[in-house]
Amino acid sequence: MRNGRSKLAVLAAIPLLAAACSNGDEDSGSAATTDTELSASLTGAGASFPDPLFQDWIYSYGNDVQQGVDINYQSVGSGAGIEQFLEQTVDFGSSEEFLGEEELAAAADARGCEAVQFPVVFGSVVIAFNNPDLDGLVLDAQTIADIYSTEITSFDDPAIAELNPDLDLPDDEIVPVHRSDSSGTTAVFTHYLTTEVESWADEYGEGKELDWAPGLVGGQQNDGVAQGISQNPGGIGYVNQSFAQEAGLSVAQVVNADGTPIEPTLESTIAASEEADVPDNFQFAIDDIGGDGYPIAGTNWIFTYTCGYEQGAADAIIDFWTWALTDEAAQDVAGELGYAPLGDELTDRVIAELEKTNSENGDAEGAEDDAEGDDADAEEGADEE
Amino acid sequence: MSTQAPEASAPEEPRRGSLSSGKGRLADPIFRWVVAACGTIVLIILALMVIRTTSEAWPVFVKEGFFGFLTGEEWTTGSSRTEITGTYGAWPFIYGTLVTSAIAIVIALPLAIMVAFYITHLAPRRLAKPLSYTVELLAAVPSVIFGLWGLHWFLPNVLRPFFEVLESVLGWFFLFEGPIRGVGYLAAGIVLAIMILPIMTAIIREVIAVHPIDQRMAAYALGSTRWEVLRKVVLPASFSGIVAAAMLGLGRALGETIAVLMLIGGSQSWGTSLFGTGSSMASHIAATFGEAGPEARTALMAIGVALFLVTMIVNILARVIVWRLGRMTGDAAV
Repeated sequence: MRNGRSKLAVLAAIPLLAAACSNGDEDSGSAATTDTELSASLTGAGASFPDPLFQDWIYSYGNDVQQGVDINYQSVGSGAGIEQFLEQTVDFGSSEEFLGEEELAAAADARGCEAVQFPVVFGSVVIAFNNPDLDGLVLDAQTIADIYSTEITSFDDPAIAELNPDLDLPDDEIVPVHRSDSSGTTAVFTHYLTTEVESWADEYGEGKELDWAPGLVGGQQNDGVAQGISQNPGGIGYVNQSFAQEAGLSVAQVVNADGTPIEPTLESTIAASEEADVPDNFQFAIDDIGGDGYPIAGTNWIFTYTCGYEQGAADAIIDFWTWALTDEAAQDVAGELGYAPLGDELTDRVIAELEKTNSENGDAEGAEDDAEGDDADAEEGADEE
Repeated sequence: MSTQAPEASAPEEPRRGSLSSGKGRLADPIFRWVVAACGTIVLIILALMVIRTTSEAWPVFVKEGFFGFLTGEEWTTGSSRTEITGTYGAWPFIYGTLVTSAIAIVIALPLAIMVAFYITHLAPRRLAKPLSYTVELLAAVPSVIFGLWGLHWFLPNVLRPFFEVLESVLGWFFLFEGPIRGVGYLAAGIVLAIMILPIMTAIIREVIAVHPIDQRMAAYALGSTRWEVLRKVVLPASFSGIVAAAMLGLGRALGETIAVLMLIGGSQSWGTSLFGTGSSMASHIAATFGEAGPEARTALMAIGVALFLVTMIVNILARVIVWRLGRMTGDAAV
């Protein structure tokens, strides 16, 4: 029976081979699953920070690569993403924080097998302002921390002047703006200040939400922060690079660990991600960035389980993320939207990790097979449903 | 018909009715039970919500103490999955809810009475109908629209200049101390006032409209001005209806989430200046729920319980005030 199915699967795959070849998928030796038609309906939930990119990816994938795969990603927030993943109401979760040991244990406990986590994109958090006189403003961790703890209250403060000898600084009152909703952007921003500035770590610490100094302005979502910046003459705030790019906000250069002021660009974010030391368990933060790297950067992780998926769904998960991480067009879209792709070496490691998805399933025969075998199982899984 | 009746938890009466006589007898008890069931559904839903949120929030109340939770000023979220490690004091949020609602009701109530009086008594017929439709239409505008409009247009173009004048004149008074940040308690309260205006106007208009015309005519005949008629004849007679309208408006203001969230400036501290930024209970829940882990969610549930309590207390206080006022003026108000 298995043989019969395999033959059928191969037959079914033949017309699709042509389409797969024209996809320009040269480097997909690791998982050439695009040459067969997958059929699955996936749900994912989590971080809102990569949502524009994920939606674009899902749309292109469903239209151009696998019409039979229907993916629904809901940007409910990182916290809710982790919860829904642990409650197993979604096929994959997404967060701007990796799963800690406690969460991994909870996951293993709930599902009866290990969870897999891997990074998919990087993004920078930029310091944006509205005053055109300040174009090219340079800040370092200490001054940013002092601004947000209201120790520096005007732009012509000596600490800022020292970093910007060529700039004619106005004596406007600085109005720091923060996110009022809890958000991964705040987590990345405050993590940076906590690692770099001791007094900040003692007084405020890091987190998705914070007990900010009194007198600061809070904005709901990126848009609220942008309004806070634009409606206050001395407004200054932190937002995702992708949002700042879209909204056309002026952004500050930030001094990195090597003492170089770096402008937040796609290149400098990629440089930062390459500086990061990524351990085998993918639990890392992008700290102490030097070289050409922009120092305030965060990562988005995806979580899946090593068991319990229908084979069709598991194949679709692996195929989708492999496509997103390796397809040239998909990676270009990421860049256009202000997200930095993983480096080559990291991509290979991530794909190896990704393929652990569903590998410990009770019916493990197909998972370790080559691509051809996977296809057959995909057909089988689809038939059995 | 008679076979369905027992399902409505009325096994005895309907059957007896069907034995003794025809359909007419049966219809009454059935209707009574159906209506009673509908009435109790409200109570059951309310009870389920209170029990559920309270039991989920219990660990936070245990750690902070009930009054400690209500009066504490520090809110630091922990990230444990099993226990309560943070510090949870909800006072800044309670304060934000009370202040914004108070601003809203203080502005909206007189305005609603005036609008209603104008529509029913003064406006020319041609204008009265469209005007009352427009007010009702305003009630159908989703709150997120009020929030967006408030944040993007109303705040920078109208409120901020107004705040600046207010601060330059009354800046010595603690409620109007600078600095002005745009968003804050006052901005949220004023937009809330606009939001609760339609529902209050609609109710007050109906109440005033049924006021007997001969009383007003008698007052005019005695030489009263329009203001005197409104104040001394119409308002006292419509007092209970106006209070009901105010309570509905207040209820909406206390619980309003998204518009407040966009305009209050979302800080976890509080201050006495109305220009200051803060958070309301509902807005803080909405702002942090998405990213909340298990511990933070427990703490947000506790805010939910507190919000329920505050709403109840405010309502009871309002009833008591009305009752006392009613007794003083000799009007059977509520």
